[in-house]
Amino acid sequence: MLKKTPLNRIHRDLAARMVDFGGWDMPVQYTGVIDEHLATREAAGLFDVSHMGEVEVRGAGALAYIQHLTINDAAKLEIGQVQYSAICYPHGGIVDDVTLYRFAADRFLFCVNASNTDKDFAWMEQVLEEGDFPDVELRNLSDDYAQLALQGPAAETILARLTTHNLKDIRYYHFAEGQVAGVPTIISRTGYTGEDGFELYFAAEAAESVWTALMAAGSEEGIKPCGLGARDTLRLEMKFALYGHELSSEISPLEAGLGWITKFDKGDFIGRDALLKQKEKGVPRRLAGLVMTDRGIPRDGYPVFAGEEQVGTVTSGTMSPCLKVGIALALVRPECSGVGKELSIGIRNRQVACRVAKTPFIKNWRD
Amino acid sequence: MEFPEELKYTAEHEWVLSEADIATVGISDFAQDALGDVVFVELPEVGTQVEAGKPFGVVESVKAVSDVYAPLSGEVVEVNAELPDAPEMVNTSPYEDAWMIKIRVSDQAELESLMDAAAYQEFCESEH
Repeated sequence: MLKKTPLNRIHRDLAARMVDFGGWDMPVQYTGVIDEHLATREAAGLFDVSHMGEVEVRGAGALAYIQHLTINDAAKLEIGQVQYSAICYPHGGIVDDVTLYRFAADRFLFCVNASNTDKDFAWMEQVLEEGDFPDVELRNLSDDYAQLALQGPAAETILARLTTHNLKDIRYYHFAEGQVAGVPTIISRTGYTGEDGFELYFAAEAAESVWTALMAAGSEEGIKPCGLGARDTLRLEMKFALYGHELSSEISPLEAGLGWITKFDKGDFIGRDALLKQKEKGVPRRLAGLVMTDRGIPRDGYPVFAGEEQVGTVTSGTMSPCLKVGIALALVRPECSGVGKELSIGIRNRQVACRVAKTPFIKNWRD
Repeated sequence: MEFPEELKYTAEHEWVLSEADIATVGISDFAQDALGDVVFVELPEVGTQVEAGKPFGVVESVKAVSDVYAPLSGEVVEVNAELPDAPEMVNTSPYEDAWMIKIRVSDQAELESLMDAAAYQEFCESEH
């Protein structure tokens, strides 16, 4: 039995194409992936991301516990701030990538990947039990929250019509608690598209009314409901990693380009020894952004070649709706990961030329 | 959803327009709708021998790769050279602008195994 978000009926009424995404019945597209993608880049897109998991950590020992559990430095997190982080196994592989919200000195909320929620929560409980963390309470609130992502250059204008909160006060990777369409909401200036925008957390019961209010408030700007298809192409154009593709228990954050959130100087944490060793020795592979220079669309699992030799594997690929060329993320040998390096991708029985590109791929798209 | 009367169809959602010994082939309206935005089309070269039920080309949407199967056996005598440059025609004009190949049919009897428009429409409705 597939799990349903509180917006399932709305998706079906909109005749969305539904797919099984990690055990969830989710919309992959409404009007079309390219249409939804461009609406988000040019105006605004509304995404149901209620499948994402939320885990609350509270108590006097919460910060010490989170410092042990995650690889980023949670002590740097101010109240009202959001941090991108990851949870690793002792061998350095990734349990999940997460966003961490700090509500108070002793209260935090993790937002985790939908299909990892149960695994993450079990791991968090295990780490809590095995460590010495008195006075820490974990609660899986995933079923209590609905989550919508309102993304695009018009997002602030649209959301401002439904809230009295001054959105200009909420900086990137910060959040506030306020009301949206009369519903108490965590308003977070974050997202997975590369556009300005917000992720909104509120009680699951209010999902339909908040969705409907946002769609109405954005009609003038041309807001569109967006599915997982556009969510994937939007994040790929930004080189944002996706668990199960660029991140897994067999891939380290250093390989996946997440060295910037791996804070060796914060003190001990799970995976630190293994990651430090990998850093000193040099990573065996590195995540690179590839742009096709010949016609073809790279896909997950396709081999990457330098000359005749395989030097890596594609982890995600698509046709970029903005650039109108094939783009890919691939784990390749470090010596092949430099910008400008000419490589090729094995597509069916051919090797199709590509080049390591500067990322985000769409950095100069608007110019 | 359109199911032109003059065409024959396969269970893999290709259509066939049969004129004398030449069969024009493409994918159906139902197929393009199921695929979503088509962004890549790969076709064989003129002179290729195709076999009924075997893949002759590839259609890719943003999300997925799909083979296109030859409805009939024979030699490819013409390909739509414009299609790889404008794959979106598969979405906008599946039965006309987005024809894919013309086959000189080697065995006319294979036509008998294809569905007519009514049977194909019923097939699509049962699959949906």
